[in-house]
Amino acid sequence: MANSGQEALVDLRQVRFAYGDREILSGIDLTVHRGQVVAIMGGSGCGKTTLLRLIGGQLKASAGSVQVARQDIGTLNTAQLYALRRRMGMLFQFGALFTDMSVFDNVAFPLREHARLPESMLRDLVLMKLQAVGLRGGHALMPTELSGGMARRVALARAIALDPMLIMYDEPFAGLDPISLGVIGQLIRRLNDALGAASIMVTHDVAESLSIVDYVYFVSDGRIVAKGTPDEIRASKDDFVHQFVHAEPDGPVPFHMKAAPIGEMLMGKGAR
Amino acid sequence: MSRSTIDLWVGIFVLMGCAAILFLALKVGNLSASSFAENYTIEANFSNIGGLKVRAPVKVAGVVVGRVTDIRYDNERFEAVVSLTLDSRYSFPRDTIGEILTSGLLGEQYIGLEPGGDERALKAGDSLKITQSAVVLEKLIGQFLFNKAAEAPQQ
Amino acid sequence: MIRKLGAMAIDGVWRLGFATRFLFLLLRYSGQSFLRLHLTLREIYFSGVLSLLIILVSGLFVGLVLGLQGYETLQRYGSSEALGVLVALSLTRELGPVVAGLLFASRAGSAVTAEIGLMKTTEQLKAMDMMAVNPIARVAAPRFWGGVISMPILAALFSAMGILGGWLIGVAFIGVDDGAFWSQMQAAVDIRYDIINGVIKSFVFGVAVSLIAVFEGYDCVPTAEGVSRAITRTVVSSALAILALDFVLTSFMFRG
Repeated sequence: MANSGQEALVDLRQVRFAYGDREILSGIDLTVHRGQVVAIMGGSGCGKTTLLRLIGGQLKASAGSVQVARQDIGTLNTAQLYALRRRMGMLFQFGALFTDMSVFDNVAFPLREHARLPESMLRDLVLMKLQAVGLRGGHALMPTELSGGMARRVALARAIALDPMLIMYDEPFAGLDPISLGVIGQLIRRLNDALGAASIMVTHDVAESLSIVDYVYFVSDGRIVAKGTPDEIRASKDDFVHQFVHAEPDGPVPFHMKAAPIGEMLMGKGAR
Repeated sequence: MSRSTIDLWVGIFVLMGCAAILFLALKVGNLSASSFAENYTIEANFSNIGGLKVRAPVKVAGVVVGRVTDIRYDNERFEAVVSLTLDSRYSFPRDTIGEILTSGLLGEQYIGLEPGGDERALKAGDSLKITQSAVVLEKLIGQFLFNKAAEAPQQ
Repeated sequence: MIRKLGAMAIDGVWRLGFATRFLFLLLRYSGQSFLRLHLTLREIYFSGVLSLLIILVSGLFVGLVLGLQGYETLQRYGSSEALGVLVALSLTRELGPVVAGLLFASRAGSAVTAEIGLMKTTEQLKAMDMMAVNPIARVAAPRFWGGVISMPILAALFSAMGILGGWLIGVAFIGVDDGAFWSQMQAAVDIRYDIINGVIKSFVFGVAVSLIAVFEGYDCVPTAEGVSRAITRTVVSSALAILALDFVLTSFMFRG
């Protein structure tokens, strides 16, 4: 890796997370450097989103350490956590725009909350952010008037409003048409490079992700099962990666849910 | 809805609320008669107060001049001690008589003051010298029957 | 069955504890939201101003009915002049705060729960939290205070409107003497005892309803069904809380 000598922005060591007895993640090691776009891939319900929440500090790891910008998330108090979060941006699965505000006010929201700016400067800043996602023309619209892809772009503008050092994406491609999907993908890459930030993206869209990211982690059953650059992933001989990248219905991730043998269940022995 | 329009509406709303509370206070509750800005308190002893309650009106010539603010029992004189809070605008002679009256046959009980002729006026903390207790209906009837019984043999 | 009941009881206690903790958080972060006064003003607009119509109209009708029924009863005892007393006392002491509270819970409380519940469902609260903006300070506290401020005003308007309604029926239609109507009322209604206590009641109801509404929204299961259940719970628990609190407050205030 080109920038492995640089210090890591996000560093997870032997992270374990469980809800009560139910273990969601275990033994996670993950590193993200400044300038990188990293994808975390895996099937639905494998703990990817939980991983993102751990980095954002919305959840606390049961064991191990989660470090962002050399601060251990688990030991921060609310004020310190909020101070750190001002330098993070997060794009939620469906944008999570504030439905009672216009597009302009949505993007202005973090600026108004965290920076006392004169209204004219605020306006310029917001319009610049909207320009970056190509929606300067829609600043007066309400979120309900936007298509899914446009809402996602506005949310992206809002996530980068404070020029964060780390941007997190929760399923940025879910439910988008191919054109919007391409647009979002390109925006993620371009904004990351323009801001000199690091990006972490949780997704299961293989084709789009592999074309824009620098590094990929594969998560399955709460563990990292494979990792590498997009080229390494494409060439991987690993069964799981092969199944995932080529979208095969059966493989290490079985088509059938775990159950008693079908004969038993149908004949009424296994079934109650 | 822009921010200034909301402010306007909230302003109207709060004004309406103030108007309603003022209406309740002045028109319904008659602020002037029930909470005097300046007042003084005197005491009166009664051997029986009947059904008198705290906050009952104190009337002179039918005009409300104050309220009963406290009722307690004096265990040495075996009498009820009633505190009367009166409006400072009115002053009464020291030999004023206090009596417990009933408005109508079954109405609420109140204290009526009967001003005397003394030149010195009552001051805060003074006590009414002459009082007349409440008329208790049962006693009245009992007395009436007793008198009747006493009269009967003479006939 | 018994296990289910037990689980429900434990869940209830757990929620009560969380609601109490939530109230403390709410009060703790209220300072931040008062610095941004327009947020609270906005909520006064939504829960107060927009409830005006239903409060005023209901107040009028309750007053009209009280006037009619009260007259029927009082007339039998030949004291129809006491109509003003009856209407004014029942409204300022009881009906004003209680009925206004119930209407407020179903009109404004449910709306607050729905709004916060939907914000939770669409991850707006989480998004806010990730933007280092405390959702309790930014979303919950203004709605709470908006309700707390609106409620006494609405109750006072309800009482005033009801008394006017009673006057309309009693004096303008039936022909009770206007002077007697007001003078008897003024002689019997005490500022501190009746009116201030009524305002205190409505304030307490405002706190209870707003807390329930905000809490249920905040605590709802983030699905469409969860939000609708939360709204139902807001209306039901608010109504129960108002009636129970009314009993407690009345027994404290109007003893003897």
